[in-house]
Amino acid sequence: MNVAVFTRSTPDTAAKVEVGADGRVNWGDAATVVNPWDEYALEEAIVQSKDSGGTATVVAVGGDMHNEALKHSLAMGLDAALRLEDAALDPANSLAYAAAAAAAVKKLDGVQLVICGKESVDTGTDQQIIQLARKLGWTLLTNVSKIMSMDGDTIKVERQIEQGKMIVTSKLPAVLVVTKEINEPRYPSFIGIRKASKAEIPVWSLADLGLSATPESVKVAAFKNLPPRDIKLEMITGTPEEMAKALVDKLIEEKVL
Amino acid sequence: MSAVFVWIETFDGVANPGSWEALAAGKMIADKTGADLTALVFGKNAAAVANESAQYGASKAIVSEDATLEQFRLEPYAALLTKLVQENSPVAVVAVATSKGRELIAAAAADTDSPMIGEALTLNIADGKLTAERAVYAGKILSDVAITGDGTQFVTVRSRAFKAADPQSGVSASVTTAAPALDESQIATRIESLEADTGTVNLTDAAVIISGGRAMANNPKDAPAGSADAAVWKAQDGFANVIQPLADALGAAVGASRAAVDAGYISYAHQVGQTGKVVSPDLYIACGISGAIQHQAGMRSSKVIVAINKDAEAPIFKMARFGLVGDLFQIIPAITAEVKSRLGS
Ligand SMILES: Cc1cc2nc3c(=O)[nH]c(=O)nc-3n(C[C@H](O)[C@H](O)[C@H](O)COP(=O)(O)OP(=O)(O)OC[C@H]3O[C@@H](n4cnc5c(N)ncnc54)[C@H](O)[C@@H]3O)c2cc1C
Ligand SMILES: Nc1ncnc2c1ncn2[C@@H]1O[C@H](COP(=O)(O)O)[C@@H](O)[C@H]1O
Repeated sequence: MNVAVFTRSTPDTAAKVEVGADGRVNWGDAATVVNPWDEYALEEAIVQSKDSGGTATVVAVGGDMHNEALKHSLAMGLDAALRLEDAALDPANSLAYAAAAAAAVKKLDGVQLVICGKESVDTGTDQQIIQLARKLGWTLLTNVSKIMSMDGDTIKVERQIEQGKMIVTSKLPAVLVVTKEINEPRYPSFIGIRKASKAEIPVWSLADLGLSATPESVKVAAFKNLPPRDIKLEMITGTPEEMAKALVDKLIEEKVL
Repeated sequence: MSAVFVWIETFDGVANPGSWEALAAGKMIADKTGADLTALVFGKNAAAVANESAQYGASKAIVSEDATLEQFRLEPYAALLTKLVQENSPVAVVAVATSKGRELIAAAAADTDSPMIGEALTLNIADGKLTAERAVYAGKILSDVAITGDGTQFVTVRSRAFKAADPQSGVSASVTTAAPALDESQIATRIESLEADTGTVNLTDAAVIISGGRAMANNPKDAPAGSADAAVWKAQDGFANVIQPLADALGAAVGASRAAVDAGYISYAHQVGQTGKVVSPDLYIACGISGAIQHQAGMRSSKVIVAINKDAEAPIFKMARFGLVGDLFQIIPAITAEVKSRLGS
């Protein structure tokens, strides 16, 4: 079975992110890395496609900063990579993202399963993968912690929902959002890294996808730094018992107990 | 008259209290647009939950009780919400941003090609269009977003970002019934089983959280002879017998750093941070947590932060309102005893 997996590059999670005087977001000289949640999706795409004798293609939507994540994916062992970019495609517009991503999945040969990470650690719009599933008209299964079985047209998975563990069967094709319990992502191999560094990544435009621009629906008006935390630190000292008493007094005073 | 829809999430016939926060957010929109605040309740016990919604401000309710809606499944829920939106063209549809709320709202927004804002921290409306603040880059910065497109405006609100109204007694909503949009044969997904977790406090709803870090392994108690891994035993014992009693005394939830989760001291469900849960309790007590930037990303919006750490230089003190330098294995039991004697157990 052929699988498509979606990923993106994000600034390293240790980066200090700030909005500059020009209103743009910057993260200094911190590296960009593959979105940490997507490593599980990439690993699962490799395993599921190999197990069923198919191929796995990794797709990023957006500018060339995402080549980083695509190259990492190829180095891990994904079969092919693809980027969707167009001046008229705003990946922050989730309806536009979903339309482009769905068209790409349909254009790829025989894809029956799409796998994604839980969220992007940077601009997470919270909605694009769900909307991709709806635009495809496929089943969406989120919080998947295990694929228990999969045959020609059904899939059985374990999902970790807020209330507990749920076992669900569904029809394929499907879009899966996987959690970190699902696997242990592999590290790229040395040979993989060498091969990936030479790979040419094809870029598809809206015209290649047979689409025209999606009307604007939501826009980011501005990025802002957090208001300074208006707190002064008060150290509480003494024996453990004295500290405990003083702390409880303070917490009652602050009305949080 | 136009409507603002608020989806009231239920599990096993009981409303998620976060939905009352969504109702409060919806009320702001309804008041500014002169719309009816309408609760949508699907599934088991919907009529009773609809009445409860009235206490939190809903003037109308639409309920749908059907075997296909018994448990949340995206296909029948989204199809029904989409149908109701197409029939009523509400100004907005609001839900709390749990995983179910996110899925339902985003799906119906896609089905109707409508604009959506996910996980709003604040909401405003001008000329009928919503604007909101959202946390991005794991809460390291904020963004101002504005709906520019036409159609029903879909919104999820972050848990604890809006304050639920105080419940009023003796009020009721006018309730109408809607038929489901799909029958069972049109639904691809079957729930085979659900093994519910019991007794766990949901971190994102908790008003008080006590978190433990890697330091939990510095428990002075000796691991019993023959335990496979002494550090894991000590840390698990520390969570169970040092952190948990204080959590019980305060009615708090237990959180953890990723270091504690990765080392196997406690399950991932407890992880707070950039790759765990983002929480904003009234009180967050960090015990033996250094305060790495990824941990801060999950808890920086807590109202009052208490840091307990033996290292006075630990970065966690930079965010804290109260700092206690010392050994958590001595300080926490003392706090537990103090809380019990002061607040009664
Ligand atoms: C991609 C990525 C994502 C990440 N996501 C997260 C995340 O979601 N959440 C998260 O928490 N981290 C996350 N991290 C990890 C983060 O960088 C830190 O490594 C982690 O938070 C450290 O955990 P800690 O504070 O418990 O451990 P440490 O940094 O080792 O701190 C332990 C602290 O305990 C103190 N201590 C020791 N003994 C005692 C004692 N007896 N009494 C009192 N104090 C004591 C020490 O002084 C020290 O400050 C992530 C990292 C990466 C790379
Ligand atoms: N620009 C992008 N290109 C490709 N995939 C993406 C992109 N943004 C997000 N994703 C995928 O969607 C998931 C959820 O992201 P988000 O909805 O942004 O939180 C991520 O884990 C990725 O798998």
